Amino acid sequence: MKVMNLVQAITDGLDLMLTEDKNVIVYGEDVGVEGGVFRVTEGLQLKHGADRVFDSPLAESGIAGTALGMAISGLKPVIEMQFDGFVYPAMNQILSHISRFRNRTRGKFTVPMVIRIPYGGGINALEHHSESPEAYFGHTPGLKVVIPSTPYDAKGMLIAAIEDPDPVIFLEPKRIYRAIKQEVPEEKYSIPIGKAKVLNPGEQITVIAYGAMIREVQKAMVMAKEKGYSVELIDLRSIWPIDRDTIRESVRKTGRVLVVTEAAQSFGPAAEIISIVNEEAFLNLEAPPTRLTGFDTVIPLPLGEKYYMISPQRIYGEIERLIKY
Amino acid sequence: MFDLKTLDKYKPIDNKMYQVMDDEGKVILKNWQQPMSDEDLVDAFKDLLFERTTDQMAVSYQRQGRMFTYPPNLGQEAIHIAAGKVIKNEDWFVPAFRELGAWLAKGVSLREIFLYFKGNEDGSRFEQANRMLPVSVPIASQLVHAAGIGFAMNYLKEEAASFAFVGDGGTSEGDFHEALNFAAVWNAPVVFVVQNNQFAISVPLKMQTRSINLAVKGVAYDVPSVVVDGNDFFAMYEVMAFAREFVLKEKRPFLIEARTYRRGAHTTSDDPTRYRTSEEEEMWAAKDPAKRLRNYLVEKKLWNPESEEELVKSFKKKIDSEFEAAEQHPEYRVDDVFDYMYEKLPDELARQKNMLKNYLSTVGGDK
Repeated sequence: MKVMNLVQAITDGLDLMLTEDKNVIVYGEDVGVEGGVFRVTEGLQLKHGADRVFDSPLAESGIAGTALGMAISGLKPVIEMQFDGFVYPAMNQILSHISRFRNRTRGKFTVPMVIRIPYGGGINALEHHSESPEAYFGHTPGLKVVIPSTPYDAKGMLIAAIEDPDPVIFLEPKRIYRAIKQEVPEEKYSIPIGKAKVLNPGEQITVIAYGAMIREVQKAMVMAKEKGYSVELIDLRSIWPIDRDTIRESVRKTGRVLVVTEAAQSFGPAAEIISIVNEEAFLNLEAPPTRLTGFDTVIPLPLGEKYYMISPQRIYGEIERLIKY
Repeated sequence: MFDLKTLDKYKPIDNKMYQVMDDEGKVILKNWQQPMSDEDLVDAFKDLLFERTTDQMAVSYQRQGRMFTYPPNLGQEAIHIAAGKVIKNEDWFVPAFRELGAWLAKGVSLREIFLYFKGNEDGSRFEQANRMLPVSVPIASQLVHAAGIGFAMNYLKEEAASFAFVGDGGTSEGDFHEALNFAAVWNAPVVFVVQNNQFAISVPLKMQTRSINLAVKGVAYDVPSVVVDGNDFFAMYEVMAFAREFVLKEKRPFLIEARTYRRGAHTTSDDPTRYRTSEEEEMWAAKDPAKRLRNYLVEKKLWNPESEEELVKSFKKKIDSEFEAAEQHPEYRVDDVFDYMYEKLPDELARQKNMLKNYLSTVGGDK
């Protein structure tokens, strides 16, 4: 086992799949010589060749749409959207075609491709570099949408995404790209898409989060532990398909749920999770299912971001309030 | 025969249109040779008549309420039949939606086409058509798929071209430009065909662009481009055949602007009298592709116009039977809504499907 951060784990997963399957190709903006602006594809062009890992013209719709063309003709493209806010020009391809080609052709053409997108705030970046667009994709029938929060999961989920016969949106929490190190197996393994993970079993409240918010919740849990509260933490990992079973079992046991997402509130993943809680565990509830999310505002530029980003203190406050409810 | 020298003579910037026949079907080129055998040519004309007959029948099925909306092809058939003769089994066909004759040549069944426009995705299965993509509704978005396919053909070392269609309005879309650029940068063997039928629903070409023509848009991307008379079967056939060889040999894309006119409505829901004049319609009727090819054939004594009525009658019988087959298609099931979204139905979708099935079983119907 090697100790890796999230970036290294994703690079390792890409490297492994490029080695294993000649039909896997990697392209996007600056992913070739440069190795990606976050260095996720560093060294891959040198190792696998410029015909397999390369820079494309700077046009996100073209990147996504050509990947569909490749995927239906036998390749497995893994494309990169340089930043979350850069995916919007590609939305027509993703929403109108990539997600629908299997259904439209009754399974004659399938679209095995992965769209990697570094996402989320907290990195002091310009506008369009700090967005959390997962709800757009989760709301789009025909896609799978996953978000790892650890290096181990990142490699295993990326491999699962590349091997998946359907298109997968692979969101990478860029804020914790280098924040966590973990032992990651060098061999191939995959983590099934659609399964949440109970990171910490607990009795009094279920906290559901994903991506960079996991670490913030974990900090809040240290405070909660000091007060003697027992918190169950679920890493959702898959926005869609969503793991209804894990949510149900946990909330039936704890009777309380707090959902923490960096994404804006309205019509977001937290609303979806709370609907599931209401459908599945209504009679077990001891407190109103609650969400702590980003605001329905544009995520502010760095100087204002502190008001938007969710701190461990705020999370802890909600945990305590709900337990005492 | 259209060749590299001809290409050089018809630079888009000079706004010259490649033509073999005049509006009456008379060959206007010197030292021109018919590019296919008499027999193949007669077949092509029959295909054209078949497309035209199908179109008339389809519009009437729609008027009878037996089919939902339908986009007629009337006036543009020479492009489709020429493409159909050139596109090979191993080639990819990336359509927009108004290319009926080329679809049939690729192996799509009429039954499937009718089924699609009757409102069933089963009509996009294209069971007998190799490498045939489905209708693309969002204008021009399919063109980037063709560029990706072209990349894949190079990568997989396959000798197969990709033919991508779009209308004149589509050349205003970003994806048109991205597709040309990606295909050029990637040396992708893609033939882009713009069917310039003068209108994007109701919007005339002069509202789309200040360019002197649409082929010129390829020049800046280093995509060899040419304007062709889309109502001239010979011109279309020669350029299509040239383009296919060119993209495979040169490993670069090619752009054809096929100048034509949509003589029918945009779709059966459209009323062209709102946006164009009968004078204009008559002017283009005089350039009709069927008329021109028929005149040529009659002149060469390859065709007896009196035999047409009988032929069209037999076409109608065949078309009717295809339509009836579409009407006999098994009923749309709940499973059809859910089962093609993913290779394996996710639990959440299985739950939703069961919910619907349970509801339907309690009300004993499909409401």
